[in-house]
Amino acid sequence: MDQKYSFLEKIGREPSNLIKGLQAIQGAEGYVSDESITAVAEYFGIPEVEVEGVLSFYAQFKRVKPGRFKIAVCDGTACHIKGSVQIQEWISSALGIKSGETDKNGTFSLETVACLGCCSLAPVMSINGRVYGKLDRKNTIKILKEYEAK
Amino acid sequence: MSDAKIKKFRVGVASCGVAAGADAVLELLSARATVPVEGTGCLGHCYAEPLVEAVLEDGKSVFYGNVKADEKSIENILNLGEEGRFEVPALRKAIEKVKVLALAGRINPTDFDDYVAHGGYAGLRKALTMRPEEVVNEVKISGLRGRGGGGFPTGNKWSFLAAKQADEKIVICNADEGDPGAFMDRSLMESAPHQVLEGMLIAAHATGATKLFIYCRAEYPMAIKHLKIAIDQIYEHKLNHVDGRELEIIVKEGAGAFVCGEETALIASLEGGRGTPRFRPPFPTDKGWKGYPTMINNVETFGNVPLILNEGGAKFAEVGTEGSKGTKLFALAGDLKYPGLVEVPMGTTIAQIVFDIGGADRDSVKAVQTGGPSGGCIPAELFDTPVDYDSLKKLGAIMGSGGMIVIGRNRCMVETARYFLSFTHRESCGKCTFCRVGTTRMFEILERITAGKGTEEDLALLEELGPKVRAGSLCGLGQTAPNPVLATLRYYRHEYEAHVKDHCCEALECKALVDLFLDQSKCVKCKLCIKSCPVGAISDNFVIDNAKCTRCNSCAAVCPKHAIRRVKKGSN
Ligand SMILES: Cc1cc2nc3c(=O)[nH]c(=O)nc-3n(C[C@H](O)[C@H](O)[C@H](O)COP(=O)(O)O)c2cc1C
Ligand code: FES
Repeated sequence: MDQKYSFLEKIGREPSNLIKGLQAIQGAEGYVSDESITAVAEYFGIPEVEVEGVLSFYAQFKRVKPGRFKIAVCDGTACHIKGSVQIQEWISSALGIKSGETDKNGTFSLETVACLGCCSLAPVMSINGRVYGKLDRKNTIKILKEYEAK
Repeated sequence: MSDAKIKKFRVGVASCGVAAGADAVLELLSARATVPVEGTGCLGHCYAEPLVEAVLEDGKSVFYGNVKADEKSIENILNLGEEGRFEVPALRKAIEKVKVLALAGRINPTDFDDYVAHGGYAGLRKALTMRPEEVVNEVKISGLRGRGGGGFPTGNKWSFLAAKQADEKIVICNADEGDPGAFMDRSLMESAPHQVLEGMLIAAHATGATKLFIYCRAEYPMAIKHLKIAIDQIYEHKLNHVDGRELEIIVKEGAGAFVCGEETALIASLEGGRGTPRFRPPFPTDKGWKGYPTMINNVETFGNVPLILNEGGAKFAEVGTEGSKGTKLFALAGDLKYPGLVEVPMGTTIAQIVFDIGGADRDSVKAVQTGGPSGGCIPAELFDTPVDYDSLKKLGAIMGSGGMIVIGRNRCMVETARYFLSFTHRESCGKCTFCRVGTTRMFEILERITAGKGTEEDLALLEELGPKVRAGSLCGLGQTAPNPVLATLRYYRHEYEAHVKDHCCEALECKALVDLFLDQSKCVKCKLCIKSCPVGAISDNFVIDNAKCTRCNSCAAVCPKHAIRRVKKGSN
């Protein structure tokens, strides 16, 4: 197995740990590459198609490399009611990317998720896991600018 | 007040608090205070976050709400100033009954000794002096029903697992909390992880379980962290040694699939595969994780268990209604003044929760949605309904896990139904044809109607498809997916009809049915709208070209004079 994926050794080899293994890969690289699928299949001793099958089932797994800053706009019920669709459109037009895409410089990627559990602060988004609440047009654009400058 | 002495400070740093900026407040306060500053969980008053509590030497407390992380606000708190003090609204105080959440926001969630000092693990200790069947019986007496949505009697479920003979028996805590708009379980796990684990350990003693799993959604990193810390502390104190068995407690992270909250799908996911539900029977208590007898309960269900042991089943059952005992947590969000987490006795009316506690404006509320995408909406006219499993079912809604979204009069119910179907059709695992294709067709029909292209036949089609999807689906996802559509058709048919007959969205929410209008009499010609428009639809003399406009509302959002608004398509 590729040395790069030696951290898998810390996870037990039984196939019930497959999802955990894939989460470890995504945690390390930000996405699950073709190459890592081969490594995972080899490690757990299961066919690659089965790994693909599990990957495609779960929304969490990304198959393309995300940007440096991963924006997740919540479109759960509370946020939807509070205008999350518009927040997402504003972000899209500010960054020129749609949900599921990464911008050309690899700075931002945008995705839509269902509920970050901070519904009382709706509408909400998270950037690299940090949650921002009570969004409106002004503060959303301001937050994006701050990240752009980083 | 100024001579009162401060013993310590507590800052609410659950996810919702942090999102509101509580971490910065905690940092600044820690740097400036001469007394200890502790991070604690969620008090449920999310609208007042960040919240700081000054605990005084005399045992009293002073709260500060919406605290800013600046010198002035911190100085004010250090001096116990009058400014920015927070008090629980009196109406709320009169209705709520805080039992399950009693420790949330009162203890340091990851401090084992703090939990024990507040009576933690007394329930487990008591349980261990009782025979397993006595514990099961106590839970039966309490009348506790599953808080995960189904409302199955918990004591009965425990007795099924207890009756099994097997090498391994599994207890799983369902922490998938998939209903978008619900956060009760998150809050409880973040604020009092030991309470949930104590409930699980009591269950292990009562049922003879050998292995405990917590299946938590990955979107809850803080909950996962706190649970893991708590589990290490349990190992350290050997509390996982139950009846001579050394229990393994494992946290597994979900990977973003709503259907994995369904118990058979959850088990498939725990086994490492695709989370597709399977036919029941066999029920998990007969054949579950890797074939072993397995019992699944929700986070809040386990959170109730220590209370039952501490106060006894009969005492527990004094609160609530005939068929629904105890209290229930609700996550209040949407169009209301005080969004947050509340705990009320079963049988409290929706009106009390939404108006008295939530502070929603009586004239501006149209409905509430309970049970998320599996639930139904309840129109404001029926808000006298008490919340208990059976009353809500009668209305075509469900208790669900406790998400309660308040929908204002300015929202379109057809769009709301479309939203829920967009969720369920996306989350359908694809196993059952009626769920996979049926929800997709229903979604398409709703897209058509909200786009102004629907017909009256479409309404009939929805009414025909709904019951079929319900009947032809294996698991609760498909069985309940039509609920939001059928419920809105039942109570708000006129809105559907206005969309298909008059191409009118009264709420002015459906983009295809509205224009944007700039009121020249209010306009101050500041040009902010022109600058904000991504498609150049506003002319130099401030007229909006609705053929170009994408209805993104950027202009309306930046206009300082609120001169731009939505109007019915073709009306100006
Ligand atoms: C599609 C679907 C999603 C579900 N999601 C959850 C969930 O997120 N959390 C939960 O506790 N129960 C969920 N349930 C209910 C569980 O299947 C199960 O009934 C529950 O966890 C049992 O625990 P209880 O008896 O303590 O309520 C879901 C059911 C269905 C059909
Ligand atoms: S609905 Fe957006 S955080 Fe819950």
